[in-house]
Amino acid sequence: MRSKLCGAALAAVLVVTSACGSGFDDNGSTTTQESTGPADLKIMIASSGDAETKAVTAAATAWASSSGNKATITPAQDIVQQLGQALAGSTPPDVFYVDAARFADYASVGALEPYAQGLDGVDAFLPNLRQSFTYEDKLYCVPKDTSTLALQINTDLWAKAGLTDADIPTTWEQLRSTAEKIKAKGVTPLAIGDTRDRIGAFLVQAGGYWVSADGKQATGDTPQNVEALTYVQGLLKDGLAKYPKAMDAGWAGEAFGKGKAAMAIEGNWIKGALKADFPAIKYTVKELPAGPKGKGTLSFTQCWGIAAKSKFKSQAVAFVQAMTGADQQLSFSKAFGVMPSRQDAQATYQQQNPDDAAFVAGAQYAQGPVNAPKMDSVLADLDAGLQGLQNGNPATVLQRFDKNAKTALGG
Amino acid sequence: MFARKGIRGNEQPAGWLFVAPALIILGLFMLLPILMALWVSLTRWNGQGSPFTGDVPFAGLGNYTRLFTDEGLARQDFMTSIRNNAYYVFLVVPIQTVLALGLALIVNNRLLKGKGFFRTAFYFPSVTSSVAISVVFLFMFANGGAINAILSVFGIQGPQWFSDPRGLLHLLFERLGVSPFLTDSGLFGLSWWDWLSGPSVAMCAIISLVVWTTSGTFMVMFLAALQNVPVQLEEAGRIDGANRWQLLRHVILPQLRPTTFLVITLGLIGTWQVFDQIYVMSQGNPAKTTLTPAFLSYRTAFRDFDYGSGAAISFVLFLIIVLLTLLQRRLTRERDS
Repeated sequence: MRSKLCGAALAAVLVVTSACGSGFDDNGSTTTQESTGPADLKIMIASSGDAETKAVTAAATAWASSSGNKATITPAQDIVQQLGQALAGSTPPDVFYVDAARFADYASVGALEPYAQGLDGVDAFLPNLRQSFTYEDKLYCVPKDTSTLALQINTDLWAKAGLTDADIPTTWEQLRSTAEKIKAKGVTPLAIGDTRDRIGAFLVQAGGYWVSADGKQATGDTPQNVEALTYVQGLLKDGLAKYPKAMDAGWAGEAFGKGKAAMAIEGNWIKGALKADFPAIKYTVKELPAGPKGKGTLSFTQCWGIAAKSKFKSQAVAFVQAMTGADQQLSFSKAFGVMPSRQDAQATYQQQNPDDAAFVAGAQYAQGPVNAPKMDSVLADLDAGLQGLQNGNPATVLQRFDKNAKTALGG
Repeated sequence: MFARKGIRGNEQPAGWLFVAPALIILGLFMLLPILMALWVSLTRWNGQGSPFTGDVPFAGLGNYTRLFTDEGLARQDFMTSIRNNAYYVFLVVPIQTVLALGLALIVNNRLLKGKGFFRTAFYFPSVTSSVAISVVFLFMFANGGAINAILSVFGIQGPQWFSDPRGLLHLLFERLGVSPFLTDSGLFGLSWWDWLSGPSVAMCAIISLVVWTTSGTFMVMFLAALQNVPVQLEEAGRIDGANRWQLLRHVILPQLRPTTFLVITLGLIGTWQVFDQIYVMSQGNPAKTTLTPAFLSYRTAFRDFDYGSGAAISFVLFLIIVLLTLLQRRLTRERDS
């Protein structure tokens, strides 16, 4: 009996060894051969929720049956890790979401196929979004949708503080003076996330940003950026703005929804979140107040990336084109509340969603995320600096960022 | 190992054959992956395709020197994580060991009623998923959560636990009116002042969670050892006029030495590898004060696509654990002689 067991174990081990052995043989330049005919597309999405998964699955099924291909949608729990593993194993999904903030990392290691370069009708997408997915002058992928930051105002708290529509701030000075009035009534005026993805908007309004437009140089320590951070620091010091954690909230939208703050700076996603968690709240959305150098906001976007190692590239491009058509984008925005990334769809979107005027307006002048590879830990370090902004020194935070970013960008 | 020719002939091949399954499985699933990771730590592999081809750039010891000698974010992050984890180990291991011993002594008490209930209650945290417990602790340590509510009953205003990056020692210095010192000189890119920060308030919340969950496991080990201590020894001690403290210190504790060694060793290893609580509760925030080498290694590899550096961090961590365990073994051995 024992020897039988032993033999079985040995056999199992041998099978595993041989299975593993094949893994060593593959090298970087293996089969990127294109197959024609019916494709079996694997699509990995970082879904924002059930609504998105369902809508994308339905659209993919419709495309598959009309084009005679197969399309399988996999919603990822943690797309960065799952993609990392798949890429390391040389078996990436054919099509996957790529976040603008992570895009350069993927593009720089050659994981992405630059299919969007010279694609028909690519000019329809908003220029600043296309810039977000351009690496070394090549447009890699097309944005699936976009969101921008805007100012949310709790109308009840607004009225309670004795404010009217005329008080809605359109400049930094007004934001400060209005906030002082709200604070006098014992309400926290503004909730703002303690990250570069919110505070960065003030930098844009002051005419600066963390990095240069081509993403090749760190431009942290400039008078404009110092001015912006000093302004935000002033708001924090005087209790006119608070970070969500100081209000016991995970993010600014939660603090706003609980009525702990009269204003918040968040993106389109706040609509769905408030509707789901705080349906009773009454609010209005306005463009962010302009700074010394005019209006400015940040945009967030994801694109439909196609793996450089995909076997079905032409079919994948056809799939992406179907998913990013103007009508398809509008039906996605109806299903899960995102803003279309195409200029021709945005006008219709605005008609259908008049309350979103501020978000749509922001899309015209929005600044995308830092678009450079190997920046994740540098940006995490920047966020740590911003978390301590209230008692910190703006110039020190920016100089530290410059020093770290230079190493990452130059290396 | 030498072969002995008995009446059944040479037994060596049979012996090897019998240990072969274990050897193959260990080699395949432990030794080989470790060697593969070692190779990755010597390269600048970016996560595309197999790391075992000629295309992957060889970095030599570059990934290791970056952690120690090159000024930059990589070294600073690594040293910050080492500091955080050192304070974490320094607090968790003694507290959980003493607590586990205390719990075991209580449960082992012959006069205690409802032993089964207490044993289960103390052991319960250890069998619950660490992720589930972490989430519960997140609620308890929220600014308006249970912990701060209890503190406010005593008139103490609790801190904002998970957004408070101030170190305990820094807070103590501040209370004593000592202004920051030694900020200009330092070691490995971190000033002495930074090294002396102590665990942050956020880290303390995680420390309390870990102590609470793991002391149950170690209690079971102590309990098993306690039940092996012969009653006669205790009685003999009592006849010699030992009081309870002397009995514990000079009779019971010496009997528990192998178990104490085990508990401390396991504690050291486990605490240097802390990952899931950090991943769930803080992701290294606030201001990197809960960053640990294990989490940093994960982040470097999977977020920055810098698998070489990530693997190098984990090997340095491995060395730290081995060295500390050896040191601890030597210390306890000297006491034996």
